[in-house]
Amino acid sequence: MSAIHVTTKINGDVVDYVCEADETLLDVLRNRLGLTGAKEGCSTGDCGACSVTIDGRLTCSCLVLGAEADGREIGTIEGMAKGDELHPLQRKFLEHAALQCGICTPGILVAAKSLLEHNPKPTETEVRFGLAGNLCRCTGYDKIVRAVMDAAQEMRRA
Amino acid sequence: MPLDSTLQGKRDFKVVGTRPLRPDGIDKVTGRAKFGADATAPGMLVGRILRSPHAHARIKKIDTSKAEKLPGVKAIVTREDLPDHTDGDALLYDVLYNIMAREKALYEGHAVAAVAAVDTRTAREALKLIKVDYEVLPHVTDVDEAMKPGAPILHSTIFTDGLEPKPKKPSNVVRRYEFGHGDVEAGFKKADIIVERTFKTEATHQGYIEPHACLANVGPDGQGELWVCTQGHFMVRDTCARLLGMDISKLRVTASEIGGGFGGKTTVFIEPVALALSRKANRPVKVVMSREEVFKASGPTASTSIDVKIGVTKDGRITAADATLRYQGGAFAGSPVEFGAMSAFACYDLENARTIGYDVVTNRPKQAAYRAPGAPMAAFAVESVIEELARKVGMEPIDFRMKNAAREGTRSSYGPTYGPIGLLATLEKAKQHPHFKAPLSPNQGRGMACGFWFNFGGQTCVSLNVNSDGTVALSVGTPDIGGSRASMCLMAAEELGIPYDKVRAIVADTSALGYNDVTDGSRTTFATGMATILAARDAIKKLTARAAQIWGISAEAVTWEKGYAKPAGSNAGNFPPMSIAEIAAQAGATGGPIAGHHEYSADGAGVSFATHICDAEVDPETGATKIVRYTVLQDAGKAVHPSYVEGQFQGGAVQGIGWALNEEYIYGKDGRLQNAGFLDYRIPVCSDLPMIDTVILEIPNPGHPYGVRGVGETSIVPPLAAIANAVSAAAGVRLTSLPMSPPRILAALDRKAAAE
Ligand code: FES
Ligand code: FES
Repeated sequence: MSAIHVTTKINGDVVDYVCEADETLLDVLRNRLGLTGAKEGCSTGDCGACSVTIDGRLTCSCLVLGAEADGREIGTIEGMAKGDELHPLQRKFLEHAALQCGICTPGILVAAKSLLEHNPKPTETEVRFGLAGNLCRCTGYDKIVRAVMDAAQEMRRA
Repeated sequence: MPLDSTLQGKRDFKVVGTRPLRPDGIDKVTGRAKFGADATAPGMLVGRILRSPHAHARIKKIDTSKAEKLPGVKAIVTREDLPDHTDGDALLYDVLYNIMAREKALYEGHAVAAVAAVDTRTAREALKLIKVDYEVLPHVTDVDEAMKPGAPILHSTIFTDGLEPKPKKPSNVVRRYEFGHGDVEAGFKKADIIVERTFKTEATHQGYIEPHACLANVGPDGQGELWVCTQGHFMVRDTCARLLGMDISKLRVTASEIGGGFGGKTTVFIEPVALALSRKANRPVKVVMSREEVFKASGPTASTSIDVKIGVTKDGRITAADATLRYQGGAFAGSPVEFGAMSAFACYDLENARTIGYDVVTNRPKQAAYRAPGAPMAAFAVESVIEELARKVGMEPIDFRMKNAAREGTRSSYGPTYGPIGLLATLEKAKQHPHFKAPLSPNQGRGMACGFWFNFGGQTCVSLNVNSDGTVALSVGTPDIGGSRASMCLMAAEELGIPYDKVRAIVADTSALGYNDVTDGSRTTFATGMATILAARDAIKKLTARAAQIWGISAEAVTWEKGYAKPAGSNAGNFPPMSIAEIAAQAGATGGPIAGHHEYSADGAGVSFATHICDAEVDPETGATKIVRYTVLQDAGKAVHPSYVEGQFQGGAVQGIGWALNEEYIYGKDGRLQNAGFLDYRIPVCSDLPMIDTVILEIPNPGHPYGVRGVGETSIVPPLAAIANAVSAAAGVRLTSLPMSPPRILAALDRKAAAE
């Protein structure tokens, strides 16, 4: 099969790669570009561990082909902190102990950031439904919800 | 190790009990942390495993010739490549059989061959070219069916142990267990009311979000390295080395960050296969399970069938308790029925108690531990009957439990007599908790349940190096599955009297430390924590000796306080206190590097108890249940890092909610799993749940210097029962089968309507 050449922007940087026609964006990120922050929990769109944004829209990267990223802008967990300054969500996740094993954390942070961009003042219920596509097996979500609400409040004040 | 009373007595903590940020935190929120599937190696191949489509089949022939010829295929491994090195060790032979089928495939998903190829596509293609000649056999997946005479027999070598006389015919019942004391028959004669019921629970999966993954690299000199997500890399090393006939010293295993385990990563599945592929291909091989493989070919927990009979007097005192537990643990011996039978009545102070357990094999994947293995199902059955009895004698369930609760001095139903335990304390706290006063709306019900777990100690080895600037490097051998490195740093800092951020804990690879048991049995904060404290004390002894040497006084004349060596009294001499950094800076001139270490088999793990309260709302139209309020009260002994203790409480409770309401392994008539994915095997999502309220109680464990008890597992023991009691109250009918999915609830409501 012939490879496809793709030019895209990832976390603000222009990136070129070649991939197979049937290769997912998640596989491209992880296996070709060394961006292993996005995780594969299921590869069927059910766990959210592979969450990224494409042109600002929250997406499961396991459900998108690498070839489809051509000309788009991809955001991954690796681009969330600005230099050594953590995003408020990242800081609040640490302060609230909102992770145990941390495998779900990159996906949940990407999803939470996208949620707060669309709804800066979510209720608890809105946070819960906003994160319903991201599985966490360790925490029972309690501390995750608290961390997101707290980060939202801090971001509104800033 | 016997309890050393000098260990105890420290109650005035400086850093233990605070909530600092975890040392691995930044890596985990930025995507830098390296989990099992995140590693690569130059020249790495992709490993894939061919699995049986049949639940039970004889493997007559495996033809790999076509696959071998496919360009890009570098190695193929079958049972022929994994000869039996197990030397009569039956348990290890089961592991060997489980990782690669031998004469028969015993469940759908059982590995039959594996391929290493240059890329995923080639590996997938090669699997299709392997021809396996099966003779399909009758199968059985239900525990009660498997016990019946005439059921398809999995192993001609299993003759039920624990029966007199020993059976002459093979069966699927591996072993019968019995625990208890007193005379249950006499006890039932004294009872005014007896409730007897049968319960069923379905198999569930630990559901860790990270699939099993490893990267194996074996060189032509026979030396190997393995990177793997596991709860115990020393276990992986020893097991793999033995299965592959390698010297243990030739295999070095590094534990990656681990994306959840809950007991499911306490054994090996793909690791020996990856090593065998790598050895044959002479290249690094990475094997990562798909989610479907995780469901079909890792180690879910048992499904069960349980009878419980309890008798009480009119005034609410239990006279006798009897239970028979039947657990299937998949295709090999080792369902957790022994723990189920031991723990079933552990919460109660009983004159007459008996539990009988049957370990049963079926055509399902070999079970692995799942958080407090075996206990949640037993608690579901027992606590459901307890709730019913309380109502029958006209007592509040909480008062009934308090009246019969195990306490210090109670002879437990599994043998030992309890020391100081926290069950009554959790019940008393529960009674005062606002949850009990919260109003219930229509269609809502409240339930509660108690739970018990043993907790373990185990082999542990820790080394603590004092760096030249006085900071401390702590090497532990127990993988960190939920923040334990933070707890270790807290305990080392506490003991040494230095700030938390001056200690860095790492999970060292197998070449750097002596053997460490797996992170399981809620043992890490307890056992590795105690080893850390004792290693710190060892280091302090050396630090004070160095100070003494510098001052030219005797070592006994120096004490350690808040990170400084000090002369013990005025006649010891008049020297200004010397900090850990000052002593460390002179280490080269005073005898070389300073380190403390501790190696032991940890004893004295304190048992742990919890009480959970749950409010559930049942929609009578759809049968759907919503958990509206949930509270966990548990004894932690001493909470080293309270946030992560709360996290364990909450996580266990929510896994229990999934188990009680949604999760189940569904088998078709063909013996194939119908729902091997997160869409159809639905674990709780954020919008399903309320906040999970927690109350930490601290009744110190006398077997640990700081009073720590394991906390990781107990939290999954009460939820099944607490939720069943809440749902039964809301629906007005007793639910005795899990999960309480909408169809089951609707059926129960119909039964109730028909009876009325
Ligand atoms: S890996 Fe993409 S949703 Fe699970
Ligand atoms: S922290 Fe482990 S899955 Fe979320």
